[in-house]
Amino acid sequence: MAKIHVNTSINGEVVEFLCEPYETLLDVLRNDLQLTGTKEGCASGDCGACSVTVNDALVCSCLVLGVEAEGAEIGTIEGVSNKDQLHVIQQKFLEHAALQCGICTPGLVVSTKKLLEENPNPTEEQARYYLAGNLCRCTGYDKIIRAVMDAAETMRGAA
Amino acid sequence: MSEAKQYKYIGTRSIRPDGFDKVTGRANYGADMSLPGMIWGKILRSPHAHAKIKSIDTTKAEALAGVLAIASYNDFPSVADEVVATGEGSSNLLDLANNILAKDKVLYHGHAILAIGARTAAIAEQALGLVEIEYEVLKPVLDVNDAMAADAPVLHDNMFTQGLAETPTKASNIAARQEFKMGDVEAGFAEADLIVERDFYTPTVHQGYIEPHACTARYDADGQSMLWCSTQGHFDVRASTAKLLSLNLNRLKVIASEIGGGFGGKTTVYLEPVALILSKKSGRPVKMIMDRDEVFKASGPGSATRNWVKIGAKKDGTITAMQALLHYEAGAFKGSPVMMGCMTAFTPYAVPNMYVEGYDVVVNKPKVAAYRAPGAPQAEYAAEMVVNEIADKLGIDPIDLRLQNAAKEGTQTIYGPKLKAVGLVECLEAAKNSPQYQEALKENQGRGVAAGFWFNVGGQSSVTLNMNPDGTGTIVEGSPDIGGSRASMQLMAAEELGMPAENLKPIIGDTENVAFSAGTGGSRTTFATGMAVIEAAQDVVRQLKERSAAVWNLTADQIEYAEGETFSGDNRMTVAEICAGAERTGGQITGRGNINARGAGPSFAVHLCDVEVDKDTGKVDVLRYTAVQDAGKAIHPSYVEGQLQGGAVQGIGWALNEEYVYSADGHMENAGFLDYRIPLASDLPMIDAIIVEVPNPFHPFGVRGVGESGIIPPLAATAYAVSQAIGLPITDLPCSPPNVLKVIQDNA
Repeated sequence: MAKIHVNTSINGEVVEFLCEPYETLLDVLRNDLQLTGTKEGCASGDCGACSVTVNDALVCSCLVLGVEAEGAEIGTIEGVSNKDQLHVIQQKFLEHAALQCGICTPGLVVSTKKLLEENPNPTEEQARYYLAGNLCRCTGYDKIIRAVMDAAETMRGAA
Repeated sequence: MSEAKQYKYIGTRSIRPDGFDKVTGRANYGADMSLPGMIWGKILRSPHAHAKIKSIDTTKAEALAGVLAIASYNDFPSVADEVVATGEGSSNLLDLANNILAKDKVLYHGHAILAIGARTAAIAEQALGLVEIEYEVLKPVLDVNDAMAADAPVLHDNMFTQGLAETPTKASNIAARQEFKMGDVEAGFAEADLIVERDFYTPTVHQGYIEPHACTARYDADGQSMLWCSTQGHFDVRASTAKLLSLNLNRLKVIASEIGGGFGGKTTVYLEPVALILSKKSGRPVKMIMDRDEVFKASGPGSATRNWVKIGAKKDGTITAMQALLHYEAGAFKGSPVMMGCMTAFTPYAVPNMYVEGYDVVVNKPKVAAYRAPGAPQAEYAAEMVVNEIADKLGIDPIDLRLQNAAKEGTQTIYGPKLKAVGLVECLEAAKNSPQYQEALKENQGRGVAAGFWFNVGGQSSVTLNMNPDGTGTIVEGSPDIGGSRASMQLMAAEELGMPAENLKPIIGDTENVAFSAGTGGSRTTFATGMAVIEAAQDVVRQLKERSAAVWNLTADQIEYAEGETFSGDNRMTVAEICAGAERTGGQITGRGNINARGAGPSFAVHLCDVEVDKDTGKVDVLRYTAVQDAGKAIHPSYVEGQLQGGAVQGIGWALNEEYVYSADGHMENAGFLDYRIPLASDLPMIDAIIVEVPNPFHPFGVRGVGESGIIPPLAATAYAVSQAIGLPITDLPCSPPNVLKVIQDNA
């Protein structure tokens, strides 16, 4: 079967690519577009390491087909910082040591950004449930939740 | 204890030097390396738990367009029956090869049989489906009880139990027996007023690192072969892979990528030798990545165990005797960590009479790999559960009972040496004084306390500290950074040199640009590689003094060094000035620290867990959790706390949910994160981490490794809390809703 031509936007940049009809958005990002910041932990939508936004919806990119990017706006970890200026969430993850191995961090940063867009003032419980789709095996989540709550407070102060 | 030393850099919470790359997605992990002309390798795995391979026909697979190479056991040049070091343990080379690609028998569901390299991953997958294999299916054994039965199917007809008075002539699934003893347990039990004994079960569990195994290999006939992989020890990968492929060590460069979790599971090789064979046969670089399903079925796991523990105590709480019989599943090949279980089970206690017997048993499950304090959580779980029951039956506070019997400096261990300075008593006192221990419990709630002991290891580490002409430095070390250890190396070097941490950049060298270093395991990196960093920094200081002496026409012993400057009388030079002038004083300055670190200080941990149980559903909620641990000296307190919290939660998962589920014919039925449920953010409260600092006398800053002990206490702390909440004994893990409900209903 011939590859399909897809026009899309990734982190605000116009992008076009060819992909097989069965290729996931995750595979396209990582293997065809070399955007390897989005990680694969399970390829079954269970771990959240591949979290991206598609038209402002938070999704696991392993559960989206590459062809579904047609005409859509995709947001990945590569678009979270402003060049070398870290997003508050990224800065707080570093300050709170909210990562150990760091493989879940891109997904968590993307998910947290969406959480705080939807709910700038989450309770700890709301943050924990919103991020329940992002597995971290290293930290026990304590420092992640502290980073998220601190980022929320800082962003509210700046708003 | 002497006054704690004041430090300028260590003990601060600096931003990790690799942090920016990790929060922006720039950091490159195992699957993130691609090379020009690269192809993809995939592995064909056994659908059976136990079978003979009668024939393999790859004709159709080879004919598929885009297939470039097929690898099987026969592609290993020659495999000797010898032992190679693999991270935290060692493996027999034949077993290692047989696990990587089965020779003539498959021993577990998911056992690798052959690999195909193709232009795309999809073609490789399609080709796997075209391979025709004829099996003679055999009955599997899935539990130590079945495996040890007289008429059990035998996995290896050349395995005869080691460690018996007389080696048997009949092959069996019992690989080895060991025992450790001191004093006289029978006499000890005779002195006891109360004796409690129970059988416990812990299931097969997985390390559960989020990053699957991955590598990229490029074979080069002229000796420039290269492997990029996610590993806890790239020198160990080099050793195993070079052995399996009959290469000299200098003909294979292994580059450790950033590593997305390991917990012991990335101390051995699965894909790496296969990728190199496929590369050799295809003439192309090869990338291989395990699916999550493969990670569960064919990597890790940690041993399932059946353990019996018997403890006797006097009415006043004095423990008089402790005895255990441990059975550990090794998986398909011998080598469970049962010996570690024997050695750690009762080490938190100063009791003169102990006897522990352990059996290493093979079953039709994946070969176990090291898992965070390998072997200790299972044995100490059983021991701590019985200690808690003794405390309850005697009406003594469980922390007081432990304080009364606590191991301390000078306590004789069952495995030989007497303990040096250790911090168990301090941890117990901190737990007793913690806010959580003062909280009152309500209906359907329970509290568990448990202690944990792990030895920690030292071993070889190599570091070069290259000073740059502007006075900054690059620390080249050889221990993959799995949880922020580069930040600790930076702080220790900064402390030693009296220079700002950001002027010292730590990197993980590949196997060619730093000398051999043991892997990141055994909680050794901050301790042992840290010592090598300190030694390299001291070597730099020595040379800075020599260079200054040359400039000032003095001798080096007349020069002093502090805060990034040399001085003698009115003479004064900064490190930057000395390095800038190095050209004129003998060339550039490199500090070296090549050590074999001795004196790893054990780290004791004490945890508290409060739970609430829904008696209608069996669901357990963790309400509060406190993890106390002796770090000796916390170099970077945030990452030490992170180890305590992460270990606690991994242990909570082990206690509450995690288990491999097998069908009767040996198929693993929950090989994914949906059904093998590791803890989620929504499952947990904050984890209070309390760092105790009883300095390790054998480390310049007093460091003890902290990576492993924290996973030991949660099993018993959590399970005992459940038993308190339901008022019934718990023996089998996990305390998942159906299992807890069954305990409640069976006792209704």
